[in-house]
Amino acid sequence: MTQIVPKTTAKSATAKLEQAPLLAGFGMTKSFGDLVANKDIDFTIYAGELHALLGENGAGKSTFIKMIYGLLEPDQGHLEWQGESVTISNPQQARAMGIGMVFQHFSLFDALTVAENIALALPPDFPRQNLSQLIATKSAEYGIPLNPDNLVADLSVGQQQRVEIVRCLLQNPALLIMDEPTSVLTPQETDQLFEVLKRLAEQGCAVLFISHKLDEIKQLTSRATILRGGVKVAEVKTGDQSKRQLAELMIGAKVKDMQTQSAPKTSKTLLTVTGLSRPADGPFNVALRDINLSVRAGEILGIAGIAGNGQSELMDALTGEWRPSYANAGNMIQLGADDITTLSPAGRRRAGLAFVPEERNGHAAVPSMTLSENTLLTGYDLDNVVRGGMINYDQTLAMARQISKTYDVRQPSDDPLASSLSGGNLQKFVVGREIIKSPDVLIVSQPTWGVDIGAAQFIRTAMAELAKQGSAVIMISQDLEEIFQIAHQITVLNAGQLSGTFKTRDITAERIGLLMGGSLQADDDISESKAGVSS
Amino acid sequence: MIMLQKRKDVPGYLTIAVPLLSILVTLMMGALIFAILGYPPLQALYEFFIAPLSRPDQIGNLFVKACPLIIISTGLIFCFRANVWNIGAEGQLILGAMGAGWVALSFPEAESRMLIIGMAVMAMLAGALWGAIPGLLKVKFKTNEILVSLMLTYIAIFLVDWTVRSPWRDPMAFGFPLTKAYPDAGLIPLMSLPGIGRLGQLHWGVPVSLLVAIGGWFYLSRSLGGYQIKLMGDAPRAGRFAGFSQSWVTMFVMMLSGALAGLAGMIEVSANIGMLQPQISFGYGFTAIIVAFLARLNPLAAIAAGLVVALAELGGDAAQISMRIPKVVTGIFNGILLFMLLAGETLTHYRIVWIRSAEKGGKSHG
Repeated sequence: MTQIVPKTTAKSATAKLEQAPLLAGFGMTKSFGDLVANKDIDFTIYAGELHALLGENGAGKSTFIKMIYGLLEPDQGHLEWQGESVTISNPQQARAMGIGMVFQHFSLFDALTVAENIALALPPDFPRQNLSQLIATKSAEYGIPLNPDNLVADLSVGQQQRVEIVRCLLQNPALLIMDEPTSVLTPQETDQLFEVLKRLAEQGCAVLFISHKLDEIKQLTSRATILRGGVKVAEVKTGDQSKRQLAELMIGAKVKDMQTQSAPKTSKTLLTVTGLSRPADGPFNVALRDINLSVRAGEILGIAGIAGNGQSELMDALTGEWRPSYANAGNMIQLGADDITTLSPAGRRRAGLAFVPEERNGHAAVPSMTLSENTLLTGYDLDNVVRGGMINYDQTLAMARQISKTYDVRQPSDDPLASSLSGGNLQKFVVGREIIKSPDVLIVSQPTWGVDIGAAQFIRTAMAELAKQGSAVIMISQDLEEIFQIAHQITVLNAGQLSGTFKTRDITAERIGLLMGGSLQADDDISESKAGVSS
Repeated sequence: MIMLQKRKDVPGYLTIAVPLLSILVTLMMGALIFAILGYPPLQALYEFFIAPLSRPDQIGNLFVKACPLIIISTGLIFCFRANVWNIGAEGQLILGAMGAGWVALSFPEAESRMLIIGMAVMAMLAGALWGAIPGLLKVKFKTNEILVSLMLTYIAIFLVDWTVRSPWRDPMAFGFPLTKAYPDAGLIPLMSLPGIGRLGQLHWGVPVSLLVAIGGWFYLSRSLGGYQIKLMGDAPRAGRFAGFSQSWVTMFVMMLSGALAGLAGMIEVSANIGMLQPQISFGYGFTAIIVAFLARLNPLAAIAAGLVVALAELGGDAAQISMRIPKVVTGIFNGILLFMLLAGETLTHYRIVWIRSAEKGGKSHG
């Protein structure tokens, strides 16, 4: 077995599929205890190829790339690098062979500059003279300019990703692995990233692109390896497959169509937020500035925006976990004509609101408690649940069972711990727990974040149904596809401010993307025509 | 590298086998230590574990010893479940004893049974107030309740010392730092069990301690208040989302555990001493922390855990008296016992995982 293979210069890339693959895996298997995360996976990627690794959460994508990158040792199977058998036993070795990886979660130090961060991550023998110069030219060469002297804390998430990419590029990788790279990007940033990746491929670098977004996979890659439940279910040319076919391969079932509902013509306004401002709690929090919104019965309002622009602060203010403490806070949040600004989360629930915060574990649900105890979390005010201070566990168990049945929550036993449910099933449970109460207003944040496609469609359908029955829904989401799919009205949260509200059918994803990136300055009142002009 | 990894399912046999194994290992290590020090190991173990249970009156004394531990640890379990770390039960116990003492000494002629009720109420109030101080400081100024409650314990120790030496000292006590004896109505009488009669020093505080533990278990497992406490301990963010107040829960558990520690102090003095003196507690407030964890933070289990710890203490006393084993050696033996029980408890719920190098995450051996 060869220990280390000499680095390939990323140039010779003409003959693709005929020659030996750059990297091939045979019968790759990895289990953790009883769970088989990867079973007998064969895989090939060629120099200069844009290859997608497609699968739902938990399909085994991360395990597989960790084996390639030397973070995990396969139980069975072996890898071949340029036709020769190799054992990759740690990431240093992987990098030395020419494998670069950009993780979903960056490992950058906020307090250091771009150049300092990159210097820390490079191997010890990498020449560090003129590193700043090198970063500037390399990043400019690929059209993602970076100032090496900027502090990472001052960079947007998209720019931080560039730092990680440039770090890889400096080592002239032959294979670049990108783990869910677009989940934090605006559409424009995504387009720029794709330009860079295409350019790399033209120069002979192989790109392994991990995603579950079918649009992007069709747009960028030529071949896809599809995993489901730890097993490779297909290897396809992405050009030959429709999005629906890819989705069905990925989830192993038929995908249900969702129809965008038309908004009701006239209905009464249910929830109004007027002039809500909130100072930032600390250096990593975002201040909310003059938030105004309203939502009518039967309507779904989508609040788009990239994570970290005030979504959690806004959600806390809407649930009542944060309440304005200053004197003139009256009538900032109204339900119909009633002022609910000073009410606690429990008070707001009694008034007819329901909430699903973004974080399932430890916020919307308690992992260490059973599902019936989790129904109590937002249900202790309901009839027959608590009498004389004592909990009626028969009632909470009945409620939990009904939620699970109605919202197709698959669970290992009758009343399991919340931690034993998969992310998608727990999300169906927490969303179902609120929808089943038929609230006047449902406020959800990132309702399908980290949830498989099947569960995501289920949750979206349930929210659309709720709106159809006359409730109002506010949905804070990073997922533009989701917003365009079910929202009737769209507004964008950027740097703690909301843009104006647009009808879904009157605005394009591109324009929303510009608002998300803050390129269109949302003045106090941005009109649709004005937005059109400046894009 | 060695890591502890939480077991997904704890096999049923482990919950029985591990404590037995812990005790077995303790016995072997204890025998070894006794042998090295030149004491006959089997006799020493007999004195520790069998002698304190060999006569009915000693079983009564075992419950008497466990009584304050059970009461205090029940209160501490409420705190620890809420993720509030009250380490100052010892001080709250002392304040409770002083509160009760103040009532008893204020009515030296009292004959009514109301006196003992009044003493219990005042003891709980005083303990609750002493517990409220670290709670309030934590809620208002985010101070660390571990430090504050511990420091207040030392204040309490010196407070009672000064009180019995100066303002409350009995002038007839020949200069000893003692208060006057409580009136008879302020003493807790011995119990007379039907058909058995008296059982050593078994007094009416013991059934109270059992009721406290059972009531605590019921409240914690069935009431909305208990749910709030567990919720704030497990997932404070979810607790706020549910609409509960972290401050309220913190104050509640601090005051409740203070009140129970105060009650334990009152019972200890009224049943066993009959007056205030500088030394009231034998570290019950600290030992109860161990009892609480030994009981896996379950008040019902605190009854059993309290009895086990009390047995070890009584056995240590017996070994000191009958075999002249020094106090430090019995202390070491008690330490080994508790260490083994807690280590066994940990290994029941976690497994040891060996990891070859730092970067190889997730490699597990069954």
